[in-house]
Amino acid sequence: MAMNRFEWASARTAAEGAASGATTVADAMLPVPGGPPGQAVVLKAGGIDLLDLMKEGLLAPRRLVDLRAIAGLDAIAQESDGGLRIGALASLQQVAEHPLIADRARALAEAAGGSASPQIRHVATIGGNLLQRPRCWYFRSIAHRCLRKGGGKCFAVHGENQYHAIFANEVCAVVHPSTAATALVALGARIEIVNAGGDVRRPLLDEFFVAPETDVQRENDLKEGEVVTAVLLPAPAAATTSAHMRQSDKQAFDWPIADVAVVLERDADGRCSKASVVLGAAAPVPRRARATEEMLVGEMIDEKLAREAGHAALEASTPLARNHYKQPIFAALVARVLLRAAGQG
Amino acid sequence: MATGSQDSPRHEKFVTGIVGVGLSDVERTVPADEAPPLAPNAQLSQIGKPTPRWNGRAKVTGAVRFTADIALPGMLHGRFLRSPLPHARIRAVDTSAAERHPGVRAVLVLLGPNGAGGATSVSAEEDVEATRRNEQPIALYAGAAVAAVAAISEQAADEAVRLIKVQYEPLPFVVDMDDARAAGAPVVYETLDVQPGFGASGLVSPGLTLKGNVRGPAGDARGDVAAGLVAAEVVVEGEYRTQVQTHCCLEPHGIVADWRADGLTVHISTQFTAGVRAELARAFGLPLGRVRVIAEAIGGGFGSKSQLGYYGHAAVALSRKAQAPVRLVLERHEEQVDSGYRPATWQRLRIGAARDGTLAAMSLLSYGTAGTAIGAGVGNIAQRMYTCANFDESHYDVFINAGPGCAMRGPGNVPGAFALEQAIDELAEKLGIDPVALRDRIDASPVRREERRIGAERMGWSTRHPAGAETGTIKTGLGMAQSLWGANVQVNSACEVRVLRDGSVEVRSSVQDIGTGTGTIIAQVVAEEFGLRAEDIVIRIGDTDFPAGAPSSGSRTAASMTPPARNAAYQVCRQLFALVAPALGTTADDLQARDGRIVSRRDPARAMTFHDAAASMRTGQIAVVASRGEDYAGFRGRRGDMGFALNDLGGVQFAAVSVDTETGLVRVKRVVAVHDCGRPINPAQIESQVQGGILQGLGYALLEERVFDRQTGLIVNADLEQYKLPGALEVPAIEVHLIENYQGFSATDVYGIAEPSNIATAPAIANAIYNALGLRLRTLPMNRAAILTALAAGKN
Repeated sequence: MAMNRFEWASARTAAEGAASGATTVADAMLPVPGGPPGQAVVLKAGGIDLLDLMKEGLLAPRRLVDLRAIAGLDAIAQESDGGLRIGALASLQQVAEHPLIADRARALAEAAGGSASPQIRHVATIGGNLLQRPRCWYFRSIAHRCLRKGGGKCFAVHGENQYHAIFANEVCAVVHPSTAATALVALGARIEIVNAGGDVRRPLLDEFFVAPETDVQRENDLKEGEVVTAVLLPAPAAATTSAHMRQSDKQAFDWPIADVAVVLERDADGRCSKASVVLGAAAPVPRRARATEEMLVGEMIDEKLAREAGHAALEASTPLARNHYKQPIFAALVARVLLRAAGQG
Repeated sequence: MATGSQDSPRHEKFVTGIVGVGLSDVERTVPADEAPPLAPNAQLSQIGKPTPRWNGRAKVTGAVRFTADIALPGMLHGRFLRSPLPHARIRAVDTSAAERHPGVRAVLVLLGPNGAGGATSVSAEEDVEATRRNEQPIALYAGAAVAAVAAISEQAADEAVRLIKVQYEPLPFVVDMDDARAAGAPVVYETLDVQPGFGASGLVSPGLTLKGNVRGPAGDARGDVAAGLVAAEVVVEGEYRTQVQTHCCLEPHGIVADWRADGLTVHISTQFTAGVRAELARAFGLPLGRVRVIAEAIGGGFGSKSQLGYYGHAAVALSRKAQAPVRLVLERHEEQVDSGYRPATWQRLRIGAARDGTLAAMSLLSYGTAGTAIGAGVGNIAQRMYTCANFDESHYDVFINAGPGCAMRGPGNVPGAFALEQAIDELAEKLGIDPVALRDRIDASPVRREERRIGAERMGWSTRHPAGAETGTIKTGLGMAQSLWGANVQVNSACEVRVLRDGSVEVRSSVQDIGTGTGTIIAQVVAEEFGLRAEDIVIRIGDTDFPAGAPSSGSRTAASMTPPARNAAYQVCRQLFALVAPALGTTADDLQARDGRIVSRRDPARAMTFHDAAASMRTGQIAVVASRGEDYAGFRGRRGDMGFALNDLGGVQFAAVSVDTETGLVRVKRVVAVHDCGRPINPAQIESQVQGGILQGLGYALLEERVFDRQTGLIVNADLEQYKLPGALEVPAIEVHLIENYQGFSATDVYGIAEPSNIATAPAIANAIYNALGLRLRTLPMNRAAILTALAAGKN
């Protein structure tokens, strides 16, 4: 199918983008009762996911507002409080290669660097990556009117769910598509959002994402007229280390079956004082493995503990008919990433 | 044009045998107008040497034109309306709104007597007639073409398709082979009229029973299997499942059809220009001479591009109706849903043997599904690879509401080998005999024996550990498997060779180069004869205005095209020698062409350049058309224009894998492939083709799988994102070794390589996984779920 015809506009500032009348992609994809289709204005950064949706006929906007001309929005820099500010238009490749990120947030560098293909990493932006829509094959099929597209059922729950969620999958079994998000949630990142009035909000990324139980038609609480301008990493405590790893069918240019990010803080004698363990491709939003995090605190990380931690990460998992195999993969991956973050992997 | 054809045949001595094993002379009778025996490769200058592709530069610079690149003045864009339902009665089709669209030039309803989709329609006009008669045909699968439009732009065509109103009455459907076999399953065909011919995996027989969705059995038997099994000291038995694999040609199926008052020209991505021309002439009632089929460049073909196809048929009908050229190129989604695939199979294979390995009996029961198509069998590899006096097989086709499957690279034998070669591996272990040594006992082929020897040595087979012997998370393993494929020949394949006065040499044939390098090997063979270099030869192929060439299917193109190319060049040479002999003061028989010169054998001082010889021609050109004919030693069988040579094509592959027992990840580290294609012409291209076969086999083994949603009957991974082909990081170290196997069967002694290279890979990987884990994976693909499930079960 050919893409629909659309208008092209370019925003020079984030405020201009916010004032462009753009709706969220999630809203633009919902059927409009009684109204004429294809009237939405949507924002475009790298355009990777947007073009996929348009080529599949899932999204037919009237106008695209390109954000790429906004000056400086791709900068990665240290802030006065020691945190890192990653401009929303920074490419995944920039994120993967930036020395400050490699130094302070290795989990993010590894997550971004392992995503997609080299070509896509050079075009895809970190902002767009966080806002991309799920890859569930029912969601991506125009023939399946699923819950997330305003239809009446989740086809995955009783269907072909080999790549679907093993946690929190009762309502809708998509997995969150962003691998970078797994690392960013573990790192305690915030997302910076502006609106047309110039108001700025900076929620924790963890709280920005929306579970299906709250709203099955969107993955985050971005609102009409809002533009994501940055991802903010807090200044790391001393002796913080992190790592991210993924498992995919294909070793490049494939979506993860499982990915895990671990951030460890350790005290002077090497005991874990704080741990963030986040599972990606596991649930509709990046999932904190809280039981695992708790059992690590006060402990020396070793292989035995790592294995126990891996099994604990599966607590509350509810695999579907075809994705039980993801459980041992997550268990192994949590252990491996934990050891890697602890400098033993 | 040919000279000397009235002379009597000659008796010639051919050097035969496997280079490195032993050569001996064999006498053959050679037709008078064919070239004398060709020396072994070591003595030749062009043949057997790695040679760059004739169109490689044009391809990498983008100069070459694929079908989708063709743009004719006034060209329209074709598009299909496809059934959204897997099984539905079509109550009515209203095209009036589409026909009123200002950009639309033609609309066709494609409803054949057996259902929607051109696969069953005879001609577009008959389809329309059927609709007018108010018959209510049935869409048998989701994605079946219901209508087609031609419009002035792709967008207009899309819009028009959406304006067509179809009233569907949904019918119960079944998209799973096991479900389709169950009692009470929705029935795909109430009745079926089967004509003899080729099905998705080989020949199909008419007259078999259709019961529910199951048709069969087709079978074959020799000896007494029951007695053999009773006598057997060791028996292995297993059930194997293989999945659907789609062709995934990089270039989609596509056609530009240009119907004019004085004839029809089509550009099409095809594996058989001459065959498509014959189909078009038949279907549209045109004389062959009024149909021209052109395929300048083709981006891959693995069996699904061997015919005109419903899309080709529809495009021509649209062009005729619109009186304008029509381009119709399938999108990737359409490729995955409705352009054919390798059928899925279930096999139960039982093998009995004596303690020394001698096979006592083999019994094979199989079911296969090619969707709505016939012939989802498992080939003849179990029947023919090993010496076994008692053999029987029964095969049943199962129909489901999926698009028609079709031949795909090594049809039948690819799923067949997955079962057979694992069963032999299992038998070897049970007998306590090394799998290579067991095959030395039960495989009569001297070619494969040598291939096993070379492969085992290169792979370091002697270091192989017992199954499952390693401890640790990552386990490694070695496995091997063999392939068997027929050496096929298209006996009416022809080409023309001509020399022009400026010394240029041109080869012309309708044969197409689908990416295998057919043009290059023809150039090498002709250059060898003229004493020129391959790059001196102008290759003009892929156009039915030239003599009719071979199809690029059944691994027969090289075997079919190189002999006539050499024989035509030989005859042109003889005419040229006769022309210049007086000037050189000698006879034609004394002359030879080498290094760009024509030289006397007796007195090398008597010579002239090839260029000067051509310049002395009285006429503008010397041109000869030659055709393939039979092998010198005859054929094992014939079917129409196809001959089955006496030899088989062998091939043995060894695989080294590692398996992560925690994550189920299988990595293929290394593949050693030892293959035979008679005389290798261009080792670089052969190596490339074997690599492609191995990668296709690796994808089949580990990754690829068409996934149907059973709730809706729709394919959920009809794209190359979720249908997973091996990527750059899946590519193992591949070592290809070629056997030079001379038999004195034709002017070049060349046979095919495409299919043999694809057959052994998946079972070699499966056997390597068994060696790593001590667990046998009998279901494809051997993905993480399969590995982890097997590990959790901890047993076979």
